[in-house]
Amino acid sequence: MRVGFIPLLDVAVLVAAEEHGFARREGIRLQLIKDVSWSNIRDRLAFRQFDVAHMLSPMPVASQLGLGSNPYPCFTPFALGRGGNSVTLSLELYREMQAVASLDGSEDALANAHALKALIDRRRHEGRKPLVFAMTYPFSSHNYEFRFWLAAAGIDPDSDVIMTVVPPPLTVDAMAARAIDGFCVNAPWNMIAVEKGVGRIVATKADIWPSALEKVLGVSPDWAEKNPENLARLIVALDAAARWCDDPHNHHSLAEMLSRPAYVGVAPDLILRLLKGEILVDPNGGTRLIKNYLMFHGQAANFPWISQARWIYSQMVRWGQVAHDGACLAQVEAAYRPDIYRSALAGSATPVPAIDSKVEGVGSSSTVVPAAGGHLSLGTDAFIDQRAFDPSDIPGYVSGFAIRAK
Amino acid sequence: MTNDTKTGQRPLRVAIVEENSIRAAILLDGLQDAGVADVEVINTMTHMLRRLSIIDPDVIIIGIENPSRDVLEQMFQVSKLVSRPVAMFVDQSDEGMIQAAVEAGVSAYVVDGLRKERVKAIVDMAVSRFNAFERLQRELTEARSQLASRKIIERAKGILMRNRELSEEEAYALLRQTAMNEKRKLADIAQSVVTSASLLEK
Repeated sequence: MRVGFIPLLDVAVLVAAEEHGFARREGIRLQLIKDVSWSNIRDRLAFRQFDVAHMLSPMPVASQLGLGSNPYPCFTPFALGRGGNSVTLSLELYREMQAVASLDGSEDALANAHALKALIDRRRHEGRKPLVFAMTYPFSSHNYEFRFWLAAAGIDPDSDVIMTVVPPPLTVDAMAARAIDGFCVNAPWNMIAVEKGVGRIVATKADIWPSALEKVLGVSPDWAEKNPENLARLIVALDAAARWCDDPHNHHSLAEMLSRPAYVGVAPDLILRLLKGEILVDPNGGTRLIKNYLMFHGQAANFPWISQARWIYSQMVRWGQVAHDGACLAQVEAAYRPDIYRSALAGSATPVPAIDSKVEGVGSSSTVVPAAGGHLSLGTDAFIDQRAFDPSDIPGYVSGFAIRAK
Repeated sequence: MTNDTKTGQRPLRVAIVEENSIRAAILLDGLQDAGVADVEVINTMTHMLRRLSIIDPDVIIIGIENPSRDVLEQMFQVSKLVSRPVAMFVDQSDEGMIQAAVEAGVSAYVVDGLRKERVKAIVDMAVSRFNAFERLQRELTEARSQLASRKIIERAKGILMRNRELSEEEAYALLRQTAMNEKRKLADIAQSVVTSASLLEK
């Protein structure tokens, strides 16, 4: 089967499935085809050049809702993991924040956002131009996470700064050329910006919402209808590959695979440090050790939660990409298919949640959900603003945000 | 302006987003042949959005290998600057045209309400020009590799002439015979000779 992907570390599960024999064991082969834009991923899936693809978690939701150009309705039965994103600001901007808010570099993501807010207020007072921040696609975890982080400190992403799109491989150069003052993108581009001495990481996905799905397997419904057996085999192969990717003993081999030019094409030692969660956050040598910075399998990281599809929809509503309409919820739910995941992995060693939806971000304690044959612990789950998301009350959740599209 | 284009009164304005100057020239030429005089080429990502908002095109043509497609996607989401073009794929009534476009690597964004036959003529032209460019590229690559083959054969001949004291014709005949015996290309055999000679160099 033909699989489109964008060169980012979170393509790991697809690469390992093909290169480490998990796909072959299920009697399938993956032809991995590198692409340059999410628009292409969407269009080539629509026009049958791809059967399945590496996709941003909001893309299937957007496609079912008819948002964006050429909205071809696709779905996901399997998430490719969590984590990897960070907000990186230009070093120059961060040093200004340090001066304004007396940061010593040890502050958490929320304190960094408040420092940015103080600096933005001062810059406005001084009549300076608004800051320009980049993400990778309008319907992306990066867009919603960047906005979530800004708004948590009282920064309105639509009026206090300018939000724009820069393709991931160009983000570091754009920052070096001072075309942008910050970006939110997946690994390895954040750490490359720090290593090159142009950027400072100020927040990671784990700080904003640790259990958010990052990339998913997007599936063409035409293809799935004709190949249900192959889709089930693919899910089994990806489940095994994801478990393999999580095992620290395999990180050397995984880093080597991903470093090949056909995949991500960056140095294996940089990839290895990212897999271990050893994040260089400041060119002065400041590092953070982030447990589960990239999580491929543990804590049901592959399960396509309906509640997470609904959270994505809540953010689309929050930022005015779509008006809230209860009738849309059926489309939102058609985008995420836990039923297909569950039937493919029934009876396997992987603990599968027995429910499709949960309250998201319930607090700092570990979330436990019922699963086939017992219970499943999902780890800590708080949003950076400490508000939980009840998937049955989207209007209430959205109206509770002080900053949202008017 | 959308109203004008609906009635076909305003001349069509096309923007080409293309960093490769040869391909941009081929497209420009094709559009002018097709009677579209108002064409702007944007050859750099810098200030692409600002340029587009000034040009305010009815049609934007951009190659699908250009990562800036995602930038346009955002612009159509948030900006009222450009009169909201949509991807031509949205109207999937002409599947053949779309398939040909995707295969040739063309994507186009078209202002809503533009007459279909006008769009089709432009997209068909872009597809044929993209294909023509591909052909040109291929021919160029072939020509380059032929030149490289010829050079490597010359070097291999020289090595054989020196080491085995053969005439030029004999050296060439030996290479040819070996290639035929091993069912390989002459240039590959020549490359092996050059490589092994370099390994033996003191």
